[in-house]
Amino acid sequence: MSHNLLLVLPLLLPLLGAVACLLVGQRAKVQAILAGVVQAAWLASASVILYEVSQNGIFATRIGNWPAPFGITFVADLFGALILTSAAVVGLAVWLFSLQGLDFERKRIGYYPLLLLLQMGVSGACLTGDIFNLYVWFEVLLICCFALLSLGGTRAQLEGTLKYVTINLIASGLLLTGIGVIYSLFGSLNMAVLAQQVRQHGHQSMPLLSLTSIFFLTGFGIKSAIFPLFFWLPASYHTPPIAISAFIAGLISKVGIYTLIRLFTLLFVSDLDFMLPLLLVLSGLTMVVGVVGAAAQTDFRKILSFHIISQIGYMLMGLAIYTPLALAGSVFFIVHNILVKTNLFLVSGVVARLHHSFSLKKLGEVYCRQPMLALLFLVSALALAGMPPLSGFWGKFMLAKGGFEAGNYTIVGVSLFVSLATLFSMTKIWNEVFWKNKPASELPIPESAPKATVPTVWLLYTPVVLLFIAILFISVYAEPLIGLAQQAANQLLYTKAYTDAVLNQ
Amino acid sequence: MELLLPFLIGILFSVSIYFILHRHLFKLIMGLILFGLATNIFLFVVGGLTNGDVAIIKKTHEVAVVPYADPVPQALLLTAIVIGFGLQAFAIVLIRKVYQSFKSNNLDDLHKAE
Repeated sequence: MSHNLLLVLPLLLPLLGAVACLLVGQRAKVQAILAGVVQAAWLASASVILYEVSQNGIFATRIGNWPAPFGITFVADLFGALILTSAAVVGLAVWLFSLQGLDFERKRIGYYPLLLLLQMGVSGACLTGDIFNLYVWFEVLLICCFALLSLGGTRAQLEGTLKYVTINLIASGLLLTGIGVIYSLFGSLNMAVLAQQVRQHGHQSMPLLSLTSIFFLTGFGIKSAIFPLFFWLPASYHTPPIAISAFIAGLISKVGIYTLIRLFTLLFVSDLDFMLPLLLVLSGLTMVVGVVGAAAQTDFRKILSFHIISQIGYMLMGLAIYTPLALAGSVFFIVHNILVKTNLFLVSGVVARLHHSFSLKKLGEVYCRQPMLALLFLVSALALAGMPPLSGFWGKFMLAKGGFEAGNYTIVGVSLFVSLATLFSMTKIWNEVFWKNKPASELPIPESAPKATVPTVWLLYTPVVLLFIAILFISVYAEPLIGLAQQAANQLLYTKAYTDAVLNQ
Repeated sequence: MELLLPFLIGILFSVSIYFILHRHLFKLIMGLILFGLATNIFLFVVGGLTNGDVAIIKKTHEVAVVPYADPVPQALLLTAIVIGFGLQAFAIVLIRKVYQSFKSNNLDDLHKAE
């Protein structure tokens, strides 16, 4: 298949799928089947892109056949392809979960088209090679997030969405401002051209570039919830149903951090002496604040939400250390985290579906009643905390080793302490939800609560098992993914391959 | 104009932030709209204001005659306006829904209702 078509497929498939879903009207079952077909095709196209990039190196395509600095280019490098593939795995799992885990009403009024358009936004953000186009894809992704978060319109959802919308509109405004400054400084928006220009020594607009990088750090910092811009995340991510929040929580803040890593390795390299210590401090604080926040929570989903923040700190840590090994650690960690975090959210969804609560105080005895679910949770939770030989360990090992080699002992110490605290948090969920005796509930389970039959339960388990297998695969057989992550980090740090692929077609 | 516009942008930004920090829902949406407006004007000004011709090449010429206005910031601006319009429309509907659901204009009441 030609590269031109291949690079557009991850955008085209969800778009066509969403259009088809809208065309069949409110028939939720037909929509579900269509969405499932698209999920499979999306995963296939992402995997083919990943395979092509790992075999033949970075490749690019020009939209509308306009030559590179003038038209919009789409580029697939290993980092983008890895994120895209893990997003596709998660997309498939969330689709499977939605079959039984989401109420009929929300499926009828547009869950599937919105999910597909959100995935189109993610593909666009991962593949685009133009900085303004990146902003546009982020807006596509955001408006779908807004609509998904408020889908159904319960009070809690509306409150969460309002916060999310406000803060994200401000973040988008900051990004747009930064893009305007970049265009006025360099007269181009193509990231490859910009990467070449910022590496020419003595460019007159160099001092202003650092100012611009702060716009982007703040804008994408808000979107990826780094310290001190994270307050919206635990206030909004737990409000919608799990089939929605699992995808958003698992993926969207990682797309923000993906963009930060992309921009700070490609464009904002002129003032690293100042930026890297700043990023290092931010990453340390993000880790600590996230995990401390989680300790105070008693809601399954809120604990997991705070852990998203804490894990974002690790991803930022790799960028802040800025060596090939540490960046590879970040790349590995993002892939691992997308899978694990989504799986934990799905487990919380299954628990809530079977026991009608997210509150740690009301839950109990899940280990006794669903031992298999307990096992699935335990493995994912230990992977999140970084217990060897599970996937979190490899990511943290690479980050810590990179930190030691670069001489950043403090951040390594902080990250190891935070790992321990993560383990504490996971143990808390384990004790409260899975081990302790179920407290005598004051409120009887409402009559309207849907009964879970045996096939329903199996269908709920399927996505969790799917992600469980994916996590075990990258844990036990981590070598290929570590290799890919190292190659991806090299592509990030030595940008010649990237610029050549875009500009010399 | 180029002396005046930066001040206008500055005022718009500060007013919008002031509005967003209010508890009132209507002021929130006003703030969001003004913030979008301020970024759009900023994008327009920072791309360079040119008194001159459009960037369309005449039939008799090989290239456009200088001075001509740079078309890229205008294209960016148009895209940004359209996107901003969509987002603001969503925000207005959302805020109306919040008002209907909570029967209150005050952001602080949202928390109490939980």
